[in-house]
Amino acid sequence: MTENPKITASKVPEIGKSQFELLEKLCNATAVSGDEHEVRQIVLEEVKPVADEVEVDALGNVLATRFGHGENRVRVMLAAHMDEIGFMIVKKHDDNLFQFERIGGIDERQLPGKAVLVGREHLSGVIGAKPIHMTTPDERKKKIAVDSLRIDMGPEIGDKVKPGDRATFATRFKVVGPSIRAKALDDRLGVAMLIELLKHAPGNIDLLAAFTVQEEVGLRGARVAAYRFNPDMAIAVDSTPAYDLPHWDDEDQNVQYNTRLDEGPAIYVMDRATIADRRLVTLLTDSAQEEDIPFQFRQPGGGGTDAGVIHKTRAGIPSISVSVPSRYAHTAIGLARIDDWANTLRLLHAALIRVTPDLLAGERRG
Amino acid sequence: MKSLIKQLVETPGPSGFEYEIRDVIREAIGEAADEIRVDALGSLIAKKGKKTEQGLRVMISAHIDEIGLMVTHIDDNGFLRFTNIGGVSPMTCYGGRVLFMNGTRGVIGMDSIEKGKTLKLTDLFIDVGATSKDNCPVKVGDVCGFDRPFLDLGKRMVAKSMDDRVAAAVAIEVLKRLESTPHEVHFVFSTQEEVGLSGATTAAYGVDPDLGFAIDVTRSGDTPRFSPKMATALGDGPAIKVRDSSFIADPRLVDWMIKTAEEADIPYQLEVLEAGGTDGRAIQLTRGGVPAGCVSIACRYIHSPSEMVDSDDVENAVKLLVKLLSEPIVLK
Amino acid sequence: MIDLSDLLNKMLTAPGLSGYESPIREIIREAWEPLTDDLSISKIGSLHGLKVGQGDAPRRRVMISAHMDAIGMMVTHIQDGFIRVTEIGGIDHRILPGQPVIVHGREDLPGIVAQPPGYLLPESVGDGPVEMKYLLVDVGLRPGEVAEKVRVGDVVSYAQEPLALTGEALSGHTLDNRVSVAATTLCLEALQNCFHDWDVWAVASAQEEETLGGAFTSPFDIQPDIAIVIDVCFAQGTGSSDWRSLPFGEGVGLGYGPNIHPALYDAFEKKAKELEIPYHRDLMPKMSGTDAMAVQIVAEGIPCAVLGIPLRYMHTPVETVSLKDIRRAGRLMAAFIADLKPDALDHINWEE
Repeated sequence: MTENPKITASKVPEIGKSQFELLEKLCNATAVSGDEHEVRQIVLEEVKPVADEVEVDALGNVLATRFGHGENRVRVMLAAHMDEIGFMIVKKHDDNLFQFERIGGIDERQLPGKAVLVGREHLSGVIGAKPIHMTTPDERKKKIAVDSLRIDMGPEIGDKVKPGDRATFATRFKVVGPSIRAKALDDRLGVAMLIELLKHAPGNIDLLAAFTVQEEVGLRGARVAAYRFNPDMAIAVDSTPAYDLPHWDDEDQNVQYNTRLDEGPAIYVMDRATIADRRLVTLLTDSAQEEDIPFQFRQPGGGGTDAGVIHKTRAGIPSISVSVPSRYAHTAIGLARIDDWANTLRLLHAALIRVTPDLLAGERRG
Repeated sequence: MKSLIKQLVETPGPSGFEYEIRDVIREAIGEAADEIRVDALGSLIAKKGKKTEQGLRVMISAHIDEIGLMVTHIDDNGFLRFTNIGGVSPMTCYGGRVLFMNGTRGVIGMDSIEKGKTLKLTDLFIDVGATSKDNCPVKVGDVCGFDRPFLDLGKRMVAKSMDDRVAAAVAIEVLKRLESTPHEVHFVFSTQEEVGLSGATTAAYGVDPDLGFAIDVTRSGDTPRFSPKMATALGDGPAIKVRDSSFIADPRLVDWMIKTAEEADIPYQLEVLEAGGTDGRAIQLTRGGVPAGCVSIACRYIHSPSEMVDSDDVENAVKLLVKLLSEPIVLK
Repeated sequence: MIDLSDLLNKMLTAPGLSGYESPIREIIREAWEPLTDDLSISKIGSLHGLKVGQGDAPRRRVMISAHMDAIGMMVTHIQDGFIRVTEIGGIDHRILPGQPVIVHGREDLPGIVAQPPGYLLPESVGDGPVEMKYLLVDVGLRPGEVAEKVRVGDVVSYAQEPLALTGEALSGHTLDNRVSVAATTLCLEALQNCFHDWDVWAVASAQEEETLGGAFTSPFDIQPDIAIVIDVCFAQGTGSSDWRSLPFGEGVGLGYGPNIHPALYDAFEKKAKELEIPYHRDLMPKMSGTDAMAVQIVAEGIPCAVLGIPLRYMHTPVETVSLKDIRRAGRLMAAFIADLKPDALDHINWEE
């Protein structure tokens, strides 16, 4: 398979029928920050048969460990968050319509006229909007205030829904040509990849898989998971926006695209929460080059991942993030390429099998 | 001390890329420390002194990273777009010069002069003299700091990155001048302060001190129409921080610092900083809590390429810290 | 039997701004002395009171966290005997003009917050609300005396005395969060006559209003198995009538959201129903705005419950609560704690 004796042989994970089925199940599940139950159950079902140790901690993170063999094994933590952005019902008005609040960063312009699913039962609802006939041109220039929006579940919803229940967009998973179309690709793609890597865990490391909660409301689950695991290094596995649409003014290039579809996994050098340890950047780029896996650098700038709290845990943990590019993150329908997903999975595996104690032996230099 | 400050401020090293400045500091410390180590996030920690019965494990934190820029995009003509590392104001950028870690130098240009009033970082670009993407000596992800030489105005000194290299100089001087101490002192030259106190947070967890001081610059209220009014001024002595926007200094420690300064006849001023945070917070909230304070150097034009401090304030800051560390610290 | 009004009077007239909690901490210490087995102070000034449980060792630990610090102001600058201030914690500058305050300098000095006339301020201010940086505090002394008695960094508190209003309502400053400390005291009193398996750590936490400092640090040392955070929450009243506000005087708030462990929410709700203590679900879709934001993510994570005492006009000198809700909160906490069996932690999980 490979000529380099340092690389531990391990089956390379691939995307096949059962991987698609798992991703579909994950994307269609409802798990808004603070109420990750549905995805947690799927994760537990998948990891319990393959992990050496599994626990669910005080915040609801699933912490699964697979031990490698041999001495001086590096403890590598991988983190993928189970929660998605969504809504909480906050008030039932007299007309049987429900007022709601957003959980996680959602642009309010993405809300009117959408279908949603409410509660553990996935009951159907819609976010209504005023008929255009009744609006004025001036009015249409302004955003519709979130607290004026309501979720309509029909006149006989009764007590089936109450303030406190969560809701998500109703989008169902679909494969369209080279693309996957679903809600919550951020970060069900990461969760799915983490499950695969756990199943194909290489023997040279201890793989500490953290399926975290509450990332979208402040990277909260990852913080306690990292404290618990106390790893030697960490990789956050997420999905990052691709703003690779054309610029209105053709003369100008789009210079703030963040990442582009079809260019492979996005390696983070810096976002607003983490400045990656360069040794890990090199590990990933070397692995990609050796295995012929396309990759891109995520444009340094805003945003944050679980790595943002992991690297600051205890006495410090060298960390980096790798993401699958996807368009329209934090909206009803996201879009990603199957190839980018597959290549991200391959890249992570390629990097893991190349981890040795020498990697972090020296000083951090950039 | 001026030549040490000059050497420190002129070394490039934005948050996350402190390897060069760390090497310079390590050499400047020489044999003065008992032990030196580098932690997981790259902070340099120099230990000096043995804890006696009346002593404490004390952490001193001076951050060695500076604000800077990182390249996000190179266009077809070799112009670079960038994002900020730490708090960079567009106002201080136009016409400024930058120095990349790989030695490349450049200037910062602006899309259009009309953008003046509402200027954003995305309206600016860096010109390194390249004419195309292919002959550009810099790539996406490369970082630079601002490029300005140290200026000695006699009593006053001007440079970029006085925040916080002047504090690193103070820490090095204190380390060297500290002859006897009842404390076990950990001088932490922390990384990544400008992007969220990361280095001090993890260093404090590792050191697990009984007490801590940060050393940082603070704003100086003595320039025209300074608002909101602030009582600090250049030349009035090292500032004993009462609070800043990130933490409230332990009042018992503040009182002890005042007492110590008065007894040793060291001039001092009291500081309340309304907008600005420091490593002090990271130390205070570590583990089960740590009484923390800060010795500040009043500084004009913070986060511009020409920060100004007073050399007597710097010398007195050294004196104050040496005095504090040479004796027991008693919190009542 | 503790007289609640008496206790509140003592607690509300002692200063204790974030970072400067010593005076109030002393009052609380005195109140908790007869009710606890051990009292200690954390490295940044929180008060820890341990009431040992009667179960067999090793006993589980429940921590009650009620922040004792108050919002207020701090001196930034003195000009001609007039004092400039900045806020500690969040203050709407519009409630300041004309307020009586106390400047805690070398001695306590009564002061007035003065709104300078428009012609002494930049034109842009006009006749609109005057920001804090333009306000002045006048302590009625000549500049020389002020220079001797006041310095940069001194703290300034509201001077409004507590007022009894009708229907067992109480109004004053710093009800946020002294009323929760009072409720915690009532809880400790109730536990004197109860059997409780678990150890109870009552914490009057420091610096909530500024850094959540106490909330980040006390649990690190105490290492509780679960935590109850008690704070004030919004009550319906002038300017606050939406879903975030609970009815005034009609029961405690039970926090619900990512900050709260759902099993603890359920346990508290069950207990409240059992004892017929009125309560309302207090929705916290993202963060709770309380010590629980920090406590929940200390070390390996701690399951939290959040109790709220509904309060009107938060962060003004005329905050208003109902004494009934304070008593309800105290009773509910005591009943919940008395009910904690040695294996209760096994049922605080995510398997539902």
